[in-house]
Amino acid sequence: MQEVTTEKKEFVPNIVAFCCNWCSYAGADLAGSSRLSYPANVKIIRVPCSCRVNPSFILKAYQQGADGVILCGCHPGDCHYVTGNYYARRRMSLLFSFLNYMGIEKERTRVEWVSAAEGQRFSAVMNDFVKTVTALGENRKLTDLRVKEGE
Amino acid sequence: MKDVEMKMLERAKALLGSGEVARVIGWKKGEFYFDPVPASFESVEELSDFVYNGFCGANLSKYLIQMSKKEGKTAIFLKPCDSYSFNQLVKEHRIVRENIHVIAIECQGKLDIEKIKAQGVSAVTEVEEDGDTVKVSSLYGETTLNKEDILLVKCATCKSKTHQAKDEEIVLHEMPESKNNRFDEVEKLEAMTETERFAFWKLQLQKCIRCNACRNVCPACSCIKCVFDNPASGIAAKANDSEFEEKLFHIIRAFHVAGRCTDCGECSRVCPQNIPLHLLNRKFIKDIDGLYGEYQAGETAEGKTPLTSYTEGDKEPNDVVDGEAK
Repeated sequence: MQEVTTEKKEFVPNIVAFCCNWCSYAGADLAGSSRLSYPANVKIIRVPCSCRVNPSFILKAYQQGADGVILCGCHPGDCHYVTGNYYARRRMSLLFSFLNYMGIEKERTRVEWVSAAEGQRFSAVMNDFVKTVTALGENRKLTDLRVKEGE
Repeated sequence: MKDVEMKMLERAKALLGSGEVARVIGWKKGEFYFDPVPASFESVEELSDFVYNGFCGANLSKYLIQMSKKEGKTAIFLKPCDSYSFNQLVKEHRIVRENIHVIAIECQGKLDIEKIKAQGVSAVTEVEEDGDTVKVSSLYGETTLNKEDILLVKCATCKSKTHQAKDEEIVLHEMPESKNNRFDEVEKLEAMTETERFAFWKLQLQKCIRCNACRNVCPACSCIKCVFDNPASGIAAKANDSEFEEKLFHIIRAFHVAGRCTDCGECSRVCPQNIPLHLLNRKFIKDIDGLYGEYQAGETAEGKTPLTSYTEGDKEPNDVVDGEAK
């Protein structure tokens, strides 16, 4: 009799990172030019400011097959537009708590402040986040069946 | 309630008759006793249909967005909870305060016809409120019901019986404040496990038929162009294509009114599928109270909302769970 193997492919999460143009995007650049490694499955989307990120961006990312979404901006107090990240912080606090209330894993979404000088931190944050999301597994609660089909 | 109705009608007649106002927004008789509908009366003759009874639960303030921009003054009857929405609309410059004459009216809690039907009483022809009990007359006779059992969800957890805005007042009886326990159910959900919560909301939200009634009735949802009307949004369909859409719709709907929702409870009242939408809004209210200090939208017509202000010491999003930092 032939042995049935149910070997699973190793799960590689899809991560979307919203990075603010002035700090975190430059931080990612620095990480690259310093030859620091961070996982290739992190897809960076550049935004003018962390407060440009609307909750529907995050949900849309999940819809399109993301397994984790991270928002990176300037450290509070260092915003290029002075106060943008303060507003983003309040919005995201409420959104994360709300997603948790809906029964969606809280750890899948995260906010980290990374400055332009913190290439090292950018790489560490991304490595850590990918590890967390890999441990959580595939995003099933906030996904559009039409997107995942045929995979 | 009959005497209040008479007094209201008298005032409406006087205001329209003297030409002081061009229109009065109130309720008119529907097909049945229990379905009065919001209406704008522009002459004394039209007032023959005027009605105010235990089923006038609708929040009239949203009609002012259109009406207050018309020529002439608009008089409006506002219950205490509607006056919060009114203030919020003034604050957001959605209505023109100078063109409005607010008549603050008495409210002893409004009744839910579905709950009366659930008690086995149909074909209701009249109700008479008497303290904690309600005498319900129907085609099949009279029944006395406990008022607590047949109140609208929003009235069962009434947040206040004090008018927040008024130009004159028609309050003939005392309006006792009820116990405000509106966060009880939210807390119950918070105490569940993640899987249980997910199952609860999945069950509730899958009933959604995307009729958009919750959006259309909401006084806080007053955008001229709504994100859900954008055909390119991918979520403008009438029916949900997948489970994701119903969640997206309800998360975004609730988020868009966060910090501005006065908890008037209209969303749950109009939902044809009986989805407890107020529990989504109340979660935001509870979190805002816990994180940024107690805040009741619509208490004043000035000042900043929690999401348009900040402090340097705000909690970090990653640490926040249920309105407090872990």
